[in-house]
Amino acid sequence: MAETLFDKIWRRHEVVAPETPDLPAILHIDLHLIHEVTSPQAFAELDRRGLKVRRPDRTVATMDHSTPTDPSIDRARLKIIDADAAIQLDQLARSCEQHGVPIFPLGHESQGIVHVIGPELGLTQPGFTIVCGDSHTSTHGAFGALAFGIGTSEVGHVMATQCLLQKKPRSLEIRVQGELGPGVTAKDLILGIIAQIGTDGATGHVVEYTGPAIRGLDMEGRMTVCNMSIEAGARAGLIAPDDTTFEYLKGRAYSPRGIAWERAVEQWSTLAGDPAASFDRTVEVDASELQPMITWGTSPGMAIPITGRIPTRAEVTDEARPGLEKATSYMGFEAGQALLGKAVDVVFLGSCTNSRLSDLQAAARLLEGKQVSAGTRMMVVPGSQRVKKAAEAEGLDQIFRAAGAEWREAGCSMCLAMNGDRLAPGQLAVSTSNRNFEGRQGPGGRTLLASPLTAAASAVTGKISDPREMSR
Amino acid sequence: MSAPTFHRVTATMMPLPIDHVDTDQIIPAEFLKTTERQGIGRGLFAGWRRLPSGQPNPSFVLNDPRYAEAKILVAGENFGCGSSREHAPWALIDHGFRAVVSSGFADIFRSNALKNGLLPVEIPAGERDALMAVAQERPSTEITIDLEACKLTDPKGKDFSFQVDAFSRRCLLDGVDTLGYLLNHLPTIEAWEATRSTPFDTRAGDSF
Repeated sequence: MAETLFDKIWRRHEVVAPETPDLPAILHIDLHLIHEVTSPQAFAELDRRGLKVRRPDRTVATMDHSTPTDPSIDRARLKIIDADAAIQLDQLARSCEQHGVPIFPLGHESQGIVHVIGPELGLTQPGFTIVCGDSHTSTHGAFGALAFGIGTSEVGHVMATQCLLQKKPRSLEIRVQGELGPGVTAKDLILGIIAQIGTDGATGHVVEYTGPAIRGLDMEGRMTVCNMSIEAGARAGLIAPDDTTFEYLKGRAYSPRGIAWERAVEQWSTLAGDPAASFDRTVEVDASELQPMITWGTSPGMAIPITGRIPTRAEVTDEARPGLEKATSYMGFEAGQALLGKAVDVVFLGSCTNSRLSDLQAAARLLEGKQVSAGTRMMVVPGSQRVKKAAEAEGLDQIFRAAGAEWREAGCSMCLAMNGDRLAPGQLAVSTSNRNFEGRQGPGGRTLLASPLTAAASAVTGKISDPREMSR
Repeated sequence: MSAPTFHRVTATMMPLPIDHVDTDQIIPAEFLKTTERQGIGRGLFAGWRRLPSGQPNPSFVLNDPRYAEAKILVAGENFGCGSSREHAPWALIDHGFRAVVSSGFADIFRSNALKNGLLPVEIPAGERDALMAVAQERPSTEITIDLEACKLTDPKGKDFSFQVDAFSRRCLLDGVDTLGYLLNHLPTIEAWEATRSTPFDTRAGDSF
């Protein structure tokens, strides 16, 4: 029978197939990524049962969520200013040691956001099943891996057995025709997709992104798209591996070498869906119609072209009207208003969505020779220590610093504001992260999601700005 | 901790007529800096239940004494979207909730809730709206949720049927320890692994 990419990966990892479709399969996991926030209670459960992490050779831990990104905060100071975070980090290090799990702790050259380091180290490979106690695990789908977020109970299941009980989700193809225009990026594409299908438009489904606009994206752009699949409710997002994928992976730390590399590429090349395979649903998107996108509300689906206007009450359905009112009230906006020109307090360039080298390069190119507006704070938070080092080797840090932006250490930072990097109540931020929920970037903070280009342009003017209007 | 169970709950409802309630609202990230599960209910809906001054927000339903005993949350569509944090169902349970009724749940929240004995009850939006109205107009009204029968019964005796996947339902009715269930399959898992090659050892180091 003709199979999709998703079907193939699923079948190849089914240890026990379900007797009926309503029952879960026992699904084997190739790679388990761990961080400090969603693992402590899972380690505790293993300890309570006298179990060890069964496959430490398939497990990697890093510190990212509650880690400081202020270069002046060392471990000693963290203990004083944020004892809970320090305990969480210490406990992760101790648990990993007890269970023999390799870890990239603070200060390690490979430390960084879990969804940045997996790909950059070559831990993420086509055809893998990858899980992590983090919803943005969908990022790794850019490599043609079936990657999804799990809760802490399931983190414990994988630790103890390297398997999960999973019902097979349905499949959704998002076919992206055309090509992206100048100044329109992968971030704008995924914001456009979510605005089109809704934040629950892909619930219960694994998405496969296909079409020429997807093929045209580099790996970092593909990661940005797959990363936000969860914001459309998807269980995972996938892109079939191709030469772009193989080129990215070649020579990375955990990538196969020599004859093993040749064999791997051969095997990865068989993963793409069969031509006759069908999806449960298909949605078409035209990339050439997209503009730079920005969100205006408190849900990632509340996005408009940057030159557009917030919908009016009359333009939304009866069901969506209370949401429009609640969101505009929280954001301090009016229905029907344009966003261009609104004053911006903070620009955040970072997160597992947009903190990779190409994101920093795009923003730096726009900022070079310019200044961040006097009334605006810009934070640049590289996704990993390796991204930071590569950016510094190109002098990007100098461009950001010269422009007046802060150059920080690697971590999740203000994306979820649990490490002390946060908005003050009422502050308006243009953020390259993935969630604009109420208070996400700090209680009372107001977040507008956008691309690194839009973020950089808005930093220079101090106002919400269309990056296409900025001279290079 | 023994495996959670759910058979039948008769209780009052708390109405939360908001769509797309994300897990950042259910439990904000600042409350995730814990290595425990207990006491996490104090962070439940933290951003909504308190005013910027830190005082309880009198207009938020969680602070309404008429709903203090409610064990069933009735919520808008796509409940639990966003972050995978299992702290969300932990916080709801710690506060005293046993079930959430909605017209739709986000996948990870649903999975997390079921593993902790918090029953996600999905019913059509129209039926959910009817229950919401009852909860708002007559807060002392009790309803019954019966997992064996997959039936929700309103005070007038009207039944609403709902679906829970067969495996999760069985686990909750029988108190099956799902990790124990997986552990029982270890011989099969080991045999399966023996037929597969390992692409790398994560412990091998990360030097380029």
